Amino acid sequence: MWRNPEPKPGYDAVVIGGGGHGLATAYYLAKEHGMTNIAVIEKGWIGGGNSGRNTTIIRSNYLFDESAAIYNHALQLWTTLGRELNYNIMMSHRGVLNLAHDEGEGRGLKRRVEANRLNGVDSEWLDAKQVKEFCPVINISQDIRYPVLGATLQRSGGTNRHDAVVWGYARACSAMGVDIIQQCEVTGIKTAKGAVTGVETTRGFIKTPKVACVTAGHTSVIASMLDIKLPIQSHPLQALVSEPIKPLVPCVIMSNAVHVYCSQSDKGELVIGAGIDAHTSYTQRGSMDIIEHQMASLCELLPPVARLRMMRQWGGIVDTCPDASPIISKTPVKGFYINGGWGTGGWKATPGSGHVFAWTVAKDDPHPIAAPFALDRFHSGALVAEHGAAAVAH
Amino acid sequence: MTAQPNRRASGGLIDRSKVVRFRFDGRDFSGHPGDTLASALLANDEHMVARGFKYHRPRGIFGAGSEDPTALVQIGSDAARTDPNTRVTEQEIYDGLEALAQNVWPSLKFDVGAVNDLFSAFLPAGFYYKTFMGPLGNWMAFEPFIRKAAGLGKAPGAPDPDRYESINRHCDVLVAGGGPAGLMAALTAAKAGARVILAEETAALGGRLLSVDPDKVNLGDMAPTAWVESIAAELAGMDNVTVLTRTAAFGYYAQNFVGLWERVSDHLAPNDQPANLPRQRVWRVRAREVVLATGAVERPLVFHENDRPGIMLAGAARTFTHRYGVLPGKRVLVFANNDSAWEAAFDLQSSGARVAGIVDLRRDIDGGLLSTAAEHGISIHPGAAIVGTSGAQRVSGATVRRMSDSGGVEGPVTAIECDLLAVSGGWMPNIALFSQSRGKLVYDEDLSAFRPGQSWQKERSAGSAAATFDLDGCLKEGARAGADAASKAGIPAKAERPPKVEGAERPQGTPRVIPEIPSGRPRHKVRAWIDLQDDVTTKDLKLAVNEGYDSIEHAKRYTTSGMGTDQGKVANMNAFALVADALKKPIWQVGTTTYRQPWKPVTFAAMAGQHVGDHFHPRRVTPMHDWHKSNGAVFEPVGDWLRARAYQRPGESFEAAVRRESLAARESVAALDASTLGKIDIRGKDARTFLNRVYTNAWSKLAPGKARYGLMLGEDGMVMDDGVTACLADDHFHMTTTTGGAARVLTHLEDYIQTEWTDLEVYMTTVTEEWAVASLSGPDSWRVVAELCDGIDPDPEKFEFMSHTTATIDGVPVRVFRISFTGALAYEINIAADYGAWLWDKVMEAGQPYGIQPYGTEAMHLLRAEKGFVIVGQETDGTVTPADLRMDWIVSKAKGDFIGKRSLSRSDTVRTDRKQLVGLLTEDPTLMLEEGAHVIATATEPAEKPVPMLGHVTSSYDSPTIGRSIAMAMVESGGARMGERLWVSRKGGTPIPVKVTETDFLKMREDGDV
Repeated sequence: MWRNPEPKPGYDAVVIGGGGHGLATAYYLAKEHGMTNIAVIEKGWIGGGNSGRNTTIIRSNYLFDESAAIYNHALQLWTTLGRELNYNIMMSHRGVLNLAHDEGEGRGLKRRVEANRLNGVDSEWLDAKQVKEFCPVINISQDIRYPVLGATLQRSGGTNRHDAVVWGYARACSAMGVDIIQQCEVTGIKTAKGAVTGVETTRGFIKTPKVACVTAGHTSVIASMLDIKLPIQSHPLQALVSEPIKPLVPCVIMSNAVHVYCSQSDKGELVIGAGIDAHTSYTQRGSMDIIEHQMASLCELLPPVARLRMMRQWGGIVDTCPDASPIISKTPVKGFYINGGWGTGGWKATPGSGHVFAWTVAKDDPHPIAAPFALDRFHSGALVAEHGAAAVAH
Repeated sequence: MTAQPNRRASGGLIDRSKVVRFRFDGRDFSGHPGDTLASALLANDEHMVARGFKYHRPRGIFGAGSEDPTALVQIGSDAARTDPNTRVTEQEIYDGLEALAQNVWPSLKFDVGAVNDLFSAFLPAGFYYKTFMGPLGNWMAFEPFIRKAAGLGKAPGAPDPDRYESINRHCDVLVAGGGPAGLMAALTAAKAGARVILAEETAALGGRLLSVDPDKVNLGDMAPTAWVESIAAELAGMDNVTVLTRTAAFGYYAQNFVGLWERVSDHLAPNDQPANLPRQRVWRVRAREVVLATGAVERPLVFHENDRPGIMLAGAARTFTHRYGVLPGKRVLVFANNDSAWEAAFDLQSSGARVAGIVDLRRDIDGGLLSTAAEHGISIHPGAAIVGTSGAQRVSGATVRRMSDSGGVEGPVTAIECDLLAVSGGWMPNIALFSQSRGKLVYDEDLSAFRPGQSWQKERSAGSAAATFDLDGCLKEGARAGADAASKAGIPAKAERPPKVEGAERPQGTPRVIPEIPSGRPRHKVRAWIDLQDDVTTKDLKLAVNEGYDSIEHAKRYTTSGMGTDQGKVANMNAFALVADALKKPIWQVGTTTYRQPWKPVTFAAMAGQHVGDHFHPRRVTPMHDWHKSNGAVFEPVGDWLRARAYQRPGESFEAAVRRESLAARESVAALDASTLGKIDIRGKDARTFLNRVYTNAWSKLAPGKARYGLMLGEDGMVMDDGVTACLADDHFHMTTTTGGAARVLTHLEDYIQTEWTDLEVYMTTVTEEWAVASLSGPDSWRVVAELCDGIDPDPEKFEFMSHTTATIDGVPVRVFRISFTGALAYEINIAADYGAWLWDKVMEAGQPYGIQPYGTEAMHLLRAEKGFVIVGQETDGTVTPADLRMDWIVSKAKGDFIGKRSLSRSDTVRTDRKQLVGLLTEDPTLMLEEGAHVIATATEPAEKPVPMLGHVTSSYDSPTIGRSIAMAMVESGGARMGERLWVSRKGGTPIPVKVTETDFLKMREDGDV
């Protein structure tokens, strides 16, 4: 699939982090910018971080223009990525429902639908009855604590297979000459005259003029090696799967008010997530009460699932920004670039993120879609504050 | 067939005096109380209970408990009460139990899906990654078929009628596992006086003591079961001990928090389940110390055709024999790599089976074992391997060949008939909970398995969970662990003396582990299963490694090995070993996949506990709620609260009700239940300084008796909340917040007081629920207040706007505020919450002469919009500054710092072309804009996307007072666009032309501008 080479003494660029975003970055660096003498450095095994832990929800129905642009860019790349990589990423455009449970939420979601429409993002409003028709398992009784008033539906949204994306990108990278170096941890970044000169790793020093940091929950750890402080907080985010059952949930269901999201994998497991653990942490573990709350929420929304069983739960570390939007940016250190802060919803952006970040790294100039996500927004105040629209559920 | 032909004459924890009738796969069977579905089916000589996930090959009962990988059925055919993927080895039988085979069509024994097996060569690991692509959308065409074929059982079709609960417990010592080590640990800790919880996942205490021949083994001159009973009785007699059976410790979380899952009444027929008990219960246990006595799991052997029903772990065969009194086979072939399987063979032979042979991978067998085998007349095949098996839906025989020095097989093939093939690859400490607790595993070369190493939390492992396999050692280690745990929990304890063990058999010795046992067949023709549930064979794992998925996690994910409902309890170690072998690396370097919670699948509803239905989330209601309910109110959730949205009269539409209510509030008098507003009582000598820092405006000069409106910002300078705060005394203020924001605001303020401004002497407490509030609006409102209240002259000429005073109603003290959110003359009467309903009645009574109406939140929203007042969360969305609301007047330039001040001077926040709040009037006054619709600059919507958006409509109403539709919107450079013509887009229609206006529509009407 991919070579497991020894690190060379030097590369034209080094990508830190062998998750989806990092491998996508390397892929587009090689494919679109001709940078094949590059390496992806991964401290564990590729896809072992948030790529292998997320619930693979794909959608682009974000409120603000800047967000719509990057997530829709990603969605367009997703639709053809399997063929491009000749690897079935199981991109399933089964539709994503975002439920509204009160008037305020409905108002916010309708605003989003309209913004999506004008931004060319497919999105529509369903009333409760239409929600039931689209996804019969949802309880639309108006007597429950948080009745379903309606939902937005993005039909082009859905899920895909996270491992396949990672492996497909890795294989394609490797074939173009990109070195994927696993079990290699970056321990320091060398600079001279304010510019990157290389990275110290557990497998020796690697010379390079460009370092692209794509390390999700550990973004702030890498940045601190260069004394760059980021407005990122890292939290555990948990998810779980049920035992496999015959098809029950035909689409992706997301609810902010009762706070849970759910889809069903092709193997039959319900894949369920919710909000972050409130404490900051780098351990990939969370607390049981978070799981209890999301189970209660799910039993409310989808009553027939109550007797199913939780088969496996796990946690990842998500890097959250104050405005719930990512950082795709150059930094004060020449040759050091950051792609992080995706918080709880980075998976869906993977190809788009890698694509515009590769441009930013290759040209040392932000891609137009990436520009609004530069670090200086935290100084200027030009935030892309998706809280209102995206809130916690991704 | 005779009933229960495999039932032994005596023995086992079953009640032979009673017969239990049940159905499986459409056929009737009988068993006894105490049987699991597995033991009862085996008693009836039924081995095949399921089919494999992928190839649909027949699957039998492989284990005897939660470790079984594949004996899964659907329990119950009732739409509401049906449980897919239930392990027959764990489900106890009851009269009327119905079990169905799952993932088969049309039936278990004849299943069309079995055709997949013929195509197995074309369905290797990860085949789906390489196929189903082609033209765009192809996966979408294939996916429905894949999905339908996947999945095991079926979800219920109706809501669950059963009840669940969760319960919190603290204890000094939690013991997970009620076998010999766990019992001694619990006994020791309990006798020392520690508060002990002992959790045993099966229905009975005793663990492996229940699986030995009671005629051979003695503990302190008692049969094992008698000893277990005596300890159980002793524990039951102590107040400081909670013994839980049918209770699995499933999750070891941080700070010694352990989740236990108790199946309270799953073993009873629905009609026999006590009404006062839940179906299942989750115990949330915070333990000072934990003893992990979770035992060991037997390892399968990996050989060609090792997947047929009737192939069973040797230890499981003994468990069925002794614990359940069922002989799972009459002619037993044993295949082993360790000593314990020989003991199993001897045991089965003396229990009435005929052992057709012992095949052992090891050439050198202990002399004692050899002579015992000879005494039993058992033929032995040391240094040999089983190279194939036969039998369609039940194993009927196996072929044996000698192992060669080069690691292959050689010599003649011996065929041996059998109806049970008992296999044993040695015992592996059950390290799941230890690993969840973040303890470090060490690889034990002698064991060829991992065992607990350094602890991370306050726990210790004991007995076979700690790789101590001899019974005497287990008992001693359990006692020591109990003493250590109690002592570390602060209760000095001495290890209890364990009973003297007689007749104990030998432990496993050093197993000879061969990752894939040779069969002498060409590689592509070998079918040796690693994971029986997910149908993962050695070929699949080797393919994964060959293709480069050489991290153990990659290999697992590519092949799905260990990803079934059993999470690879018996399979994983073999998978690790095979991958290590394929990579030619030591196992410890390959490592393990991660052991996650839960140890075994736990019901969703049990995790949810009581927090479903009415208990899902509290509904907060005001003291006046009953009145609203009986007066036609329709409610809406606002935060945790239910608020009356409008009061519909019989036959009246919602819209008509809102019009009527709003007109009353404008033209006569109407009353709103405003009790839900957040209220914070603020005291302390620095209270003013505090308010100056949390609001944007100045509070230094607000005199007692006065009130002021304030905006609160986040650190980002964006509007976070608003409300009126009244000065009760120089050091005492009454703050109000939005209904939904109350908790958030209090937390925000406490955060500052406790972490940033520790120098300020300020105390806060929430008084939201202490006060009930009736808000009276309309020109006659002062008359109603005058009628009601003593000690106050509410005449608007005398009782100034934005002031407040105390008064009484029939002697009951009230606070009266003259503040208004409607733009009309208005008063708020605050009364102790207990008097809320009483106050409301009084208000309605006093207002009757003036035609008073109750009004709900919808009319309130309309009324405030007529005046141009904002609602935080409707006009704002976390991206709006005071200037964006064109409320610059409320931001003090003179006073010192306040939260968000610095952010207001950032380059982006000072832009003048930001979106700003304006009014919008449609050119056609009868047209109402959609809230959330977007404002554009062109009369027609451009076809090309993205369409530039200038802003969006935040509020839109049909105003009876203004006599037309009104709307507010956030519009780019809105403040500079007064009078400008813009358009509001709509789906499927031409954009609606609108005029940009100020937001105070009442004033515009007065001025004749509308």
